[in-house]
Amino acid sequence: MEIARPEVQRFTGSADGAIKAAAGGLSFYYGAVNALRNINVPIHEKRVTALIGPSGCGKSTFLRCFNRMHDLYPGNRYEGEIRLFPDNTNLLAPEVDPIEVRMRIGMVFQKPNPFPKTIYENVAYGLRVRGERARRVIDDKVEQALKSAALWDEVKDRLQSLAFNLSGGQQQRLCIARCLATDPELLLFDEPTSALDPIATGSIEELIHKLKDRVTILIVTHNMQQAARVSDYTAYMYLGELVEFGRTDDIFVKPRDRRTEDYITGRMG
Amino acid sequence: MPQSEHLSKQYDQDLDAIRSRVLEMGGLVESQIQTALDAYASGNAALVERVIEEDERVNGFEVGIDDACIHIVARRQPAAVDLRMIMAIGKIVTDLERMGDEAEKIARMTRQLYESNQMSPPKFVDVRHVANVALSMLHRALDAFARSDAAEAARVVKEDAAIDAEFLAILRQLITFMMEEPRIIGRAIGVVWIAKAVERIGDHAKNIAEQVIYIVKGADVRHTDMANVERTALG
Repeated sequence: MEIARPEVQRFTGSADGAIKAAAGGLSFYYGAVNALRNINVPIHEKRVTALIGPSGCGKSTFLRCFNRMHDLYPGNRYEGEIRLFPDNTNLLAPEVDPIEVRMRIGMVFQKPNPFPKTIYENVAYGLRVRGERARRVIDDKVEQALKSAALWDEVKDRLQSLAFNLSGGQQQRLCIARCLATDPELLLFDEPTSALDPIATGSIEELIHKLKDRVTILIVTHNMQQAARVSDYTAYMYLGELVEFGRTDDIFVKPRDRRTEDYITGRMG
Repeated sequence: MPQSEHLSKQYDQDLDAIRSRVLEMGGLVESQIQTALDAYASGNAALVERVIEEDERVNGFEVGIDDACIHIVARRQPAAVDLRMIMAIGKIVTDLERMGDEAEKIARMTRQLYESNQMSPPKFVDVRHVANVALSMLHRALDAFARSDAAEAARVVKEDAAIDAEFLAILRQLITFMMEEPRIIGRAIGVVWIAKAVERIGDHAKNIAEQVIYIVKGADVRHTDMANVERTALG
């Protein structure tokens, strides 16, 4: 099947210091299924970018490209590139080690997935994988990460208890703390609050708001109001294509594309 | 700009119901203004009373529509064109209500003029002509709202300048009369009040038209020049 190939847009970190990453001409295939089609989009540094779109539009597929999650399954294929700045690394290049990529790019999933370990060990894990051995450094980092994830006050007296004893919202914040411990440059959130109640959702959203001072965030959400609340930029995807990308303020008040408007206003696509 | 339907039929119905009520309110205000002008032309006291009574209904519409808008926002979190429409309606009903107030002012001033003078209608100048222009502006602004017609809305905005010019002409004429014949000053000032009310009706019609452009085009053209209004509405 021939796919129209519009000009690949190139976003460079050097031209605009505010760009952390950029997809250029990115297509993705699950075997024969073309799940992403020529995606070009910049990810602004220390901003929250939300990916919205109906189920099956490719937003999670796109998110997972960033930390090479698709490498885990045979038959998956990338085309194009995802550049990470300032070093201008193409994350999708075969010579780039996915483990290395995941050190720089953390991911939080729909359902909290803490390790069957203590709260402390969950957060310390990434540091140990990195080869950190100094107890004092690890203690420090664990405390900082838990504080950044707004969880410290709730768990500081029970760091040695099992992570599974925490509530769903706390477990999700623990997973965020686990990511933060290794100082990622980019955090990927795949529907991080869809399994949480409104209160826990509110605390995660507040956390996302605070975190953008130090890290770039890319979030997939089914909840359009959540995208409107937490993000600075919004990308609307449909049938594997990026339909519209722009400032959240513009997308939710005056989208340019009719398909975006139909989606965010709850009309038939 | 035909909109496809929402997945939620109830949402469509709620929005349609609000739009219909705005148009109903607009129709009521139109007839209220028309009645006030008829009262001014004829001195018919019954008409004056009717205008004053109708104002209660207009006020009721304003409160009811505002309430419906708040409920839509709370329940549906409208976005994009729906959001713009709900926000604009909140402003449009304020303008309509103020127009109703202006109609009431015309009616009350008419009563005062007729009662104090007990003589033929004080037709120094042709307020009626400019009043008809204002009334047609309102009619067309409501039409533009009903049909989401930004181009028509821009024409309404443009027309307001003519009303403003006409008001100044009326004022100059009345000043001349007053200088020539000081005994009519009281009545002439009454007519100034009526002309001013008509001029304000034109302003409110223009405001409504600007909101229609906002709904359709997503650009706020208030306090910008006519060239920008036209560019936005036609672009």
